[in-house]
Amino acid sequence: MDEQRQGPLSPCRVLDLTDEKGFLCGRILADLGADVIKIEPPAGDPCRNIGPFYHDIPDPEKSLYWFAYNANKRGITLNIESDDGRGLLSKLVEKAHFVIESFPPGYMDSLGLGYAQLSQMNPAIILTSITPFGQTGPYSRYNASDIVEMATCGLMYLCGDPDRPPVRITFPQAYLHGGADAAVQTLVAHYYRETSGCGQWVDLSIQQAAFMTTFNASWFWELNKINLKRAGAWRTGLTSGVLQRQIWPCKDGYINMPVYGGVLGARTNRLLAEWMDREGMSDDFLRGIDWDNFDMGQLTQEAWSKIEELMVRFFKSHTKEELYSEALRLNIMVYPVSTPKDIAENEQLDSREFWLQIDHPELGETITYPGPAVRASLTPMLVRKRAPHIGEHNEEVYGELGFSRDDLIVLKQSGVV
Amino acid sequence: MSQKDGPLSSCRVLDLTDEKGLFCGKMLVDLGADVIKIEPPGGDPCRNVGPFYRDIPDPEKSLYWLSFNTGKRGITLNIEVSDGRRIFRQLVERADIVIESYEPGYLDSLGLGYSDLSQINPGLILTSISPFGETGPYKDFKASDIVVMALSGYMSLSGDPDRPPVRTSFPIAYCFGAAGAAAGTMIAYYHRELTGEGQWVDASAQQAVASALLNARMHWDLNRVELKRAGPYRVGLSAQGKQLINFRCKDGYVNFVMFGGKTGAKTNRGLTQWMESEGMGSDFMNEIDWDSFDMARVSQDDFDRFEGDIERFFLTRTKSELYEEGSKRGVTIYPISTIRDVFEDPQLEARDFWQRVEHPELDATLLYPGPFVKCSQTQLRPPSRAPRIGEHNQEIYHNELGMSPEELVMLRQAKAI
Amino acid sequence: MTSKEVFHDVKVVDFTWAGAGPITTKYLADYGATVVRIESRSRPGLLRTTPPYKDGIPGVDRAAYFGIYNPNKYGMTINMNHSQGMELVKRLIAWADVVAESFTVGVMEKWGLSYEEITKIKPDVIMIRTNMQGHTGPHCRLPGTGVNLVGISGYAHLCGWPDRLPSNPYGPYTDTIAPRFGAAMLIAALDYRRKTGKGQLIDVSQFEAGVNFIAPVMMDYFVNGRVANRRGNYSPRAAPHNAYRCKGQDTWCVIAVFTEEEWKAFCEAVGSPDWTKDERFSFFLGRKAHEPELDCFVEEWTLNRTAEEVMALMQAKGVAAGVVETSADLHRDPQLKHRNHFWVMDHRELGSFSYFGQAAVLSGTPAQPRMPSPCLGEHNEHVCREILEMSEAEFDELLVEGVFD
Repeated sequence: MDEQRQGPLSPCRVLDLTDEKGFLCGRILADLGADVIKIEPPAGDPCRNIGPFYHDIPDPEKSLYWFAYNANKRGITLNIESDDGRGLLSKLVEKAHFVIESFPPGYMDSLGLGYAQLSQMNPAIILTSITPFGQTGPYSRYNASDIVEMATCGLMYLCGDPDRPPVRITFPQAYLHGGADAAVQTLVAHYYRETSGCGQWVDLSIQQAAFMTTFNASWFWELNKINLKRAGAWRTGLTSGVLQRQIWPCKDGYINMPVYGGVLGARTNRLLAEWMDREGMSDDFLRGIDWDNFDMGQLTQEAWSKIEELMVRFFKSHTKEELYSEALRLNIMVYPVSTPKDIAENEQLDSREFWLQIDHPELGETITYPGPAVRASLTPMLVRKRAPHIGEHNEEVYGELGFSRDDLIVLKQSGVV
Repeated sequence: MSQKDGPLSSCRVLDLTDEKGLFCGKMLVDLGADVIKIEPPGGDPCRNVGPFYRDIPDPEKSLYWLSFNTGKRGITLNIEVSDGRRIFRQLVERADIVIESYEPGYLDSLGLGYSDLSQINPGLILTSISPFGETGPYKDFKASDIVVMALSGYMSLSGDPDRPPVRTSFPIAYCFGAAGAAAGTMIAYYHRELTGEGQWVDASAQQAVASALLNARMHWDLNRVELKRAGPYRVGLSAQGKQLINFRCKDGYVNFVMFGGKTGAKTNRGLTQWMESEGMGSDFMNEIDWDSFDMARVSQDDFDRFEGDIERFFLTRTKSELYEEGSKRGVTIYPISTIRDVFEDPQLEARDFWQRVEHPELDATLLYPGPFVKCSQTQLRPPSRAPRIGEHNQEIYHNELGMSPEELVMLRQAKAI
Repeated sequence: MTSKEVFHDVKVVDFTWAGAGPITTKYLADYGATVVRIESRSRPGLLRTTPPYKDGIPGVDRAAYFGIYNPNKYGMTINMNHSQGMELVKRLIAWADVVAESFTVGVMEKWGLSYEEITKIKPDVIMIRTNMQGHTGPHCRLPGTGVNLVGISGYAHLCGWPDRLPSNPYGPYTDTIAPRFGAAMLIAALDYRRKTGKGQLIDVSQFEAGVNFIAPVMMDYFVNGRVANRRGNYSPRAAPHNAYRCKGQDTWCVIAVFTEEEWKAFCEAVGSPDWTKDERFSFFLGRKAHEPELDCFVEEWTLNRTAEEVMALMQAKGVAAGVVETSADLHRDPQLKHRNHFWVMDHRELGSFSYFGQAAVLSGTPAQPRMPSPCLGEHNEHVCREILEMSEAEFDELLVEGVFD
């Protein structure tokens, strides 16, 4: 039972040298029970400067971004650019199972810490390298950021209003896709190592991971030579006819209700139409539609405009809450466009006890975090502790290597840790 | 103005110094000024200098930092980026004194030299503290405490002759430099109060230390005699020899300096009688007419002999016995205090020298040296806790300069604060 | 010697449909697992009936959307309402290590295939169930697709322009989040099972997985009471930071300048015109305060160059920039080519078709394209004869009975 509570990766140790491009990879391994040691430069990771911040106080120990994606990890400081630092890292690598990093391609090699050298220190080591475009290739040395990844993976072109520039999702996503995919790839390598004893190098490209967000779009080009375009609140890529509207304003915000044709949409469309009718917001045209054979591909623009007009008026007369509650009662596909506040108050998440309270004694309170992304009956993902402070576990971890407190003072004063 | 506020209570100081000048800022705090310590965004590198509270090497636990920054407020600011320099100029508008210890020419290269700052604020006093001064052939030399102690002549006079010259084990060169700078700053401040004119104070640590050599230099200047280090002996009084001044005693060492003639007669006689009364008299000393004793005529052999007698006597008594009994008898014997002795010194205790300062973040109260001088009319400020990294960012940037929380977050993310 | 196909010994019965489920099992399939999809000819599944189709002609085996998530998998059609069909399914479950499904709540239960019931057939089985909002809770039965979920999980609100309606990111965006977490847990569970002999139930709520990718936004609400809003392409960490129109029709390049150093490099890259020396733009807060004007100046420069030129010029100076790639661009992208991102395989109906591979190259055991996506029911016989080792007579009987829907 104890073993299960520790998580399936509990005997494993991860040395986490990533920055924001890879935090989530280490976090997922930690949630699965690995002992993940976040290694930061002596003054702390620069990514501790990423907001938002606790009470808007920009402080390296108050970054909510840092808290979110480094929870469950221990933390040490180490300067791997110094000879002594590299020596310490080698000692740590000998006892580790995974090393994850997100430095520019070639950087680890230049320090004598590339896969060739690490695998000599520890032949079973798995090195996972997370970079914007991969270790090699024409873009491999390019500078990137979230918006560059979202542009080059193809998603941006498909998002936003047609009369304005392509737009990315406001909260940066690319590095999270990269980090999460890297965790999966790392586990594939781990599964292989457990029977073969062999480690390997996992070379992840964030561009490739983020590409998945374009779904079938690029196949409209490959098969039909159509370059799908962004359509804002409408949906592109279903039919060559009328564009399917997805977002509708309502009284206090917006709802998300794509109108589906055929079998998929029949029940929702019919029950919605009946509901509109009950409230006196329908008309003969709407009442006359045979929803079972409703084909969006064959619909004229004129017919659609009529339907749309009625629906717009109907939705505007109700709040998100009213529309969603009735949708739940009728079991139809009408969903709110949630703001963060709506998500925080969402009944479903609440009843599944999704939100976790993590203790932050240094702030004198507990903070609410999202719970595990997936649930498992025997070896669940667990969030055991908050993200580390700068150098919080120096004594513990270096103590294992035989360093005393006095040693640590010397190492700190000489800039090694 | 309240007497408790100190003479500089209406004065604001921007403190850009590192170890070369921290003590200057501290002295200005003691005199009542509002000193704002400006550190780079990650905290000043000096915070890595030990010793540390409970030997935990942590930037908020450096006892070195805590001692030399009592009473200052603390903000983070990066003057290497444009946003940081803009903010600095805004702060200069409202300041009276700026103290800094960068390499000569550095502030000029950022457009923040005296000519630039005096345009913003004509009454500003800029105090620049450097190892060798702002101009001259050594101005760009890399320095450290031991280099300044060497180049000031101090080291050549310290240590045993059969071993290398030695510096004071706890680095003090920069304390000298900083204290000299504080004096220079006060002179400039006095001038400003009379005339409204600011100026540039150029303080050299080498000069400050060299001024502490008293008359050693004159032996060369007048007589072309180079004094040499002599360990526990004293040189430079007699052309003939060296005089032991540090004697072993039962539990350590004491300092006893013998003077000739009327100056030393009382104490010398007192010691002679004391030794005699304890049955450890010195035949040689008993024979001397102390009132007419001329050190210049004593041979080295004689010095050695009665010094031996004295030491044999001192070895039978502890430091505190010799000190107390010596006081009563008018014999000037001083303990060579260990750190502990200083701490337990009854004189300091009687003058309330040690001050208690609360450290809630450590859940402890620490003892600090009190103000360096007592004045009848204007009390110097008792010490209060040194600032944590960025502790007063909100107070200064938000409350005083009117920046919004969003701006502060952006500035943090842009590495400006 | 251990096979280089990492999951060569892993057997999966795959009931999943749409995106999230098949993407999850694709991780196993691409690395060598034997994955058998159970489908239905009478209800072929959403992605087999969604464009684009080969040559624009609809057909259950001509849909790219289905194809791309299902290479390296076998496909069967089984009538689950037929008693022998159900027997066959249970036989497959007995063979399997993993059972995967992504139906709405109640569907598996209706067939008598809940986790409890499956463990009676195979006690150490790992079952992974992925759906919109989980298998418990007051809203768990609400039907919907990933496109609906994008709204409720906050992504629509956080995409688009503050003065306009929310923009849905393209497609069922959250379908790209849950599979990564699901696959991670699945592989960890397989490893655990190999060591302990114990299986378990993995339950993926795509809503919950989706919220994890906006964790700091949620914490900002809980701690600071702030309700974050969409803000176009702006970033509180950089300026300039936007998509800029380039030469040609609807072509764009993004540029992102974070540090003072990058700003100086950017100014050099655009040739240091007068506007780059404007005092208002010389510091970060100034660039933010005058961002719309700054963007105009930048776009005046980019309009005279192609998106590729803009990217190359910027990157040469160390400034982050990237072409906003269209679908055509993706298929021409030299970096994706270098990485062998697209796996070309021949498919009976789709012809020579580009599947896509894995985002990582594993130095010892890379993912491999082994076979194209299955046509409906393509492997009914293969699975029965080769994998379940049925005799010819046994298989023929099932055929005659109409088990293969």
